[in-house]
Amino acid sequence: MSPSGAEFIRQIKAGITEIDPAAVHELIGDGAAIVDVRETEEFAAGHLPGARHVPRSYLESRIEGIVPDRGQRVILYCASGQRSALAAHTLEHDLGYSDVASMTGGITLWKDRGYEVDVPKAMSAEQRDRYSRHILIPEIGETGQRKLLESRVLLLGAGGLGSPTALYLAAAGVGTLGIVDNDVVDLSNLQRQVIHSTERIGVAKVDSAEQTIKALNPDVEVVKYRTRIDASNIMEIIEGWDVIVDGVDNFPTRYLLNDASVRLRIPVVSASILGFDGQLSVFAPYVGPCYRCLFPVPPPAELAPSCGANGVLGVLPGTMGLLQATEVVKLIVGAGDPVIGRLLLYDALAATLTEVKVPRDPQCPICSRDPEDITDEEMGVFPDYEAFCAAAG
Amino acid sequence: MATIKIPPVLRASVGGEREVTAPGSSVREVLEGLVSAHPATGTQLFGNGGELNRYVNVYLNDEDVRVLDGLETAVGEGDVLVILPAMAGGAAQLS
Repeated sequence: MSPSGAEFIRQIKAGITEIDPAAVHELIGDGAAIVDVRETEEFAAGHLPGARHVPRSYLESRIEGIVPDRGQRVILYCASGQRSALAAHTLEHDLGYSDVASMTGGITLWKDRGYEVDVPKAMSAEQRDRYSRHILIPEIGETGQRKLLESRVLLLGAGGLGSPTALYLAAAGVGTLGIVDNDVVDLSNLQRQVIHSTERIGVAKVDSAEQTIKALNPDVEVVKYRTRIDASNIMEIIEGWDVIVDGVDNFPTRYLLNDASVRLRIPVVSASILGFDGQLSVFAPYVGPCYRCLFPVPPPAELAPSCGANGVLGVLPGTMGLLQATEVVKLIVGAGDPVIGRLLLYDALAATLTEVKVPRDPQCPICSRDPEDITDEEMGVFPDYEAFCAAAG
Repeated sequence: MATIKIPPVLRASVGGEREVTAPGSSVREVLEGLVSAHPATGTQLFGNGGELNRYVNVYLNDEDVRVLDGLETAVGEGDVLVILPAMAGGAAQLS
């Protein structure tokens, strides 16, 4: 006869390691990953200091993003110690984590012992007013707005695409916006790069963007990277962000970003523009295709003009950048169908939007493999890379 | 006649058109019809062995022909072929 639910949990608990809240308290800040497996609303109401959140229903698909090293010590907890016991069983027996424990009595016992709990700041009256039109939409609501306020979005570029994306994400209350850009504002940028202004010509774009963002919404923390993304810094820069917005103008960086983001399992909202045409897709590692599934090799340099050399309708990066911002918000609040496994083609002159399907490539040189198997040496590399870069100058 | 959507980088090769039509009952025949009307598109679409260049995606309606029957995929009247090379334009001079 099958065991009762209570008996099943008792059996599971007998086969895992449990740890007392007092021992967990000693371990905080000591290199152990503390993971809260409760639902989003429960986590938002208060959690252990420094705890990361992976709802048990997403445990298998998300834990590697939080704890990539299966040898790292992992402490799981829930409300009372039952869900975390089941989760610990899964991590240890199905996913191969070697040092997993479930906290006895969950956060309830933790609080009874008088230990500290981090309670995310309740929204202020001003925030409720500022975000009231979001809170009124059921798909976002207060929960979604909190997620936005706690989210971290990295923008590669504060240029044509990055300008409108940054403005609207800041307005939407994305808590932390990272901006990577090494450039200064130039007069020829201002036909489309609306986050900058005439009086800031010559100012670093990251500083100019920060000024505009802060003026629009002081809730937003801006993290500035005045640098160029390359193989030496990409892993360090992109690690820890929830979503990356890609508006880079060249293929080597685009492939590098793809490979690094697959390795770190960070979704990338990607757009590109040329003339009157735009493309948009979301590359969610191991959920849908990656950029290499779509374009395994770049075109030769003569077929790959950048918009800097070829011109672009000034409004177009606005259109495409705001489609990117929309996808970012959807990913963060978990609403709707993101553009995963699809590519949208916008033709501004014809005013048409065409959609094509993008399947995952089972032979993809990057995302058909486990992320830990992707080496530093192969990131961003593609056949004829040297020739491509030489031809592109 | 199938309709072919021409991407920005190939428009100069077809006299600036955004869409052209070409006869043919397979993807190969339609694309060869395009090349015969606009020879400059030939080297951009096809490699030396007569296969599609790997950096060009071709969609029949919304499906990548590589997951159908490739160049031999049947094309009907009123079908739309989308030719799509990768574009990288974005934040100019980022890197």
